[in-house]
Amino acid sequence: MKNGWSPYLGGFLTGLLLVVSVLVTQKFLGKPKYLGTSTAYVRVAGLIEDKLSSQAKHFSYYQKYKPEVDWKVALVFVGVPLGALLAALKNGEFRLHLIPSLWEERFGKRAALRAFMAFVGGFLIVYGARLAGGCPSGHGLSGMSQLSLSGFLTVMGFFIGGIPLALILYRRRK
Amino acid sequence: MELLLGFLTGLIWGYIFQRARILRFEKHIGLLTLKDFTILKFLLSGVIVGSFAVNLLAHFGFIHYAVKPTYFLANILGGIIYGFGWALLGYCPGTTGGALAEGALDGFFGILGGIFGAIVFAHTYDFWKEKVLSVGALGKVTIPSLLGVSPALAGIIFSLILLGFCIFLEKKGL
Repeated sequence: MKNGWSPYLGGFLTGLLLVVSVLVTQKFLGKPKYLGTSTAYVRVAGLIEDKLSSQAKHFSYYQKYKPEVDWKVALVFVGVPLGALLAALKNGEFRLHLIPSLWEERFGKRAALRAFMAFVGGFLIVYGARLAGGCPSGHGLSGMSQLSLSGFLTVMGFFIGGIPLALILYRRRK
Repeated sequence: MELLLGFLTGLIWGYIFQRARILRFEKHIGLLTLKDFTILKFLLSGVIVGSFAVNLLAHFGFIHYAVKPTYFLANILGGIIYGFGWALLGYCPGTTGGALAEGALDGFFGILGGIFGAIVFAHTYDFWKEKVLSVGALGKVTIPSLLGVSPALAGIIFSLILLGFCIFLEKKGL
């Protein structure tokens, strides 16, 4: 595709970023931080619930993951969006749209349908990732890099669930 | 310090994501419909570097591991639920914010869904913990620990296997 990087270059740099990040966090924070993203959603969920109810902090899951703005929240909700925005603007690729073109080909221009399905999809990826203990970064990149059994099992699950549903939803029959 | 490091790591990662097309709905669905392997190439080349370097650096005592525990059933089941959500949303927890920053407004609904998913998971965690997390709970096991081989050696071999697989993908023109 025009004007972008090879996925191999991007992946290579991501691998370096993982290693440098582990080295740096271990040195400066005392504990290695491997790249991962889905717990950031739990922190934000906890912060929101904390505002709504004084009972929230008693949930065992929020005691396991304290509601706070931590390294991952800064990474997922501030760093990544800003980095992506810079890259998109710099290369003239910022383009506002609600419905991805492939979705539109299959399901048409109904904005509410796309918004609703994106919501459901977002719900399921975070719910599933929390049950599995991580997402493609935590279990995929960081887990498989450490040769962790949980990483391989979970990534297998991603595809066992994702491929059949995607084939049903998007495969074009002519 | 912690937040600054998280922010900077995210900033770089977001930039890489955008340049390597990892934020695009079409690329994610392309992988799940087995037509476009950009995302897989990206992830695997990250793991090639990660597996090689992490295990070697750990071998020489420069870094510590942070292996996620294996919960056999929860890993697979959570992975499958994630897969369903992935096919609907077309982004992952780490890239949804980046997709939004690139102009994909459906990412906003994905993030809302994700936060809601985290809230609901926190409220149902005790159920999963009791019924599912106990099934196949093997602790923090890795492939080399199961096979009884040196992690550093296993890391190098796994990197080479993935490298071979990537070369195979390119040879096949995928």
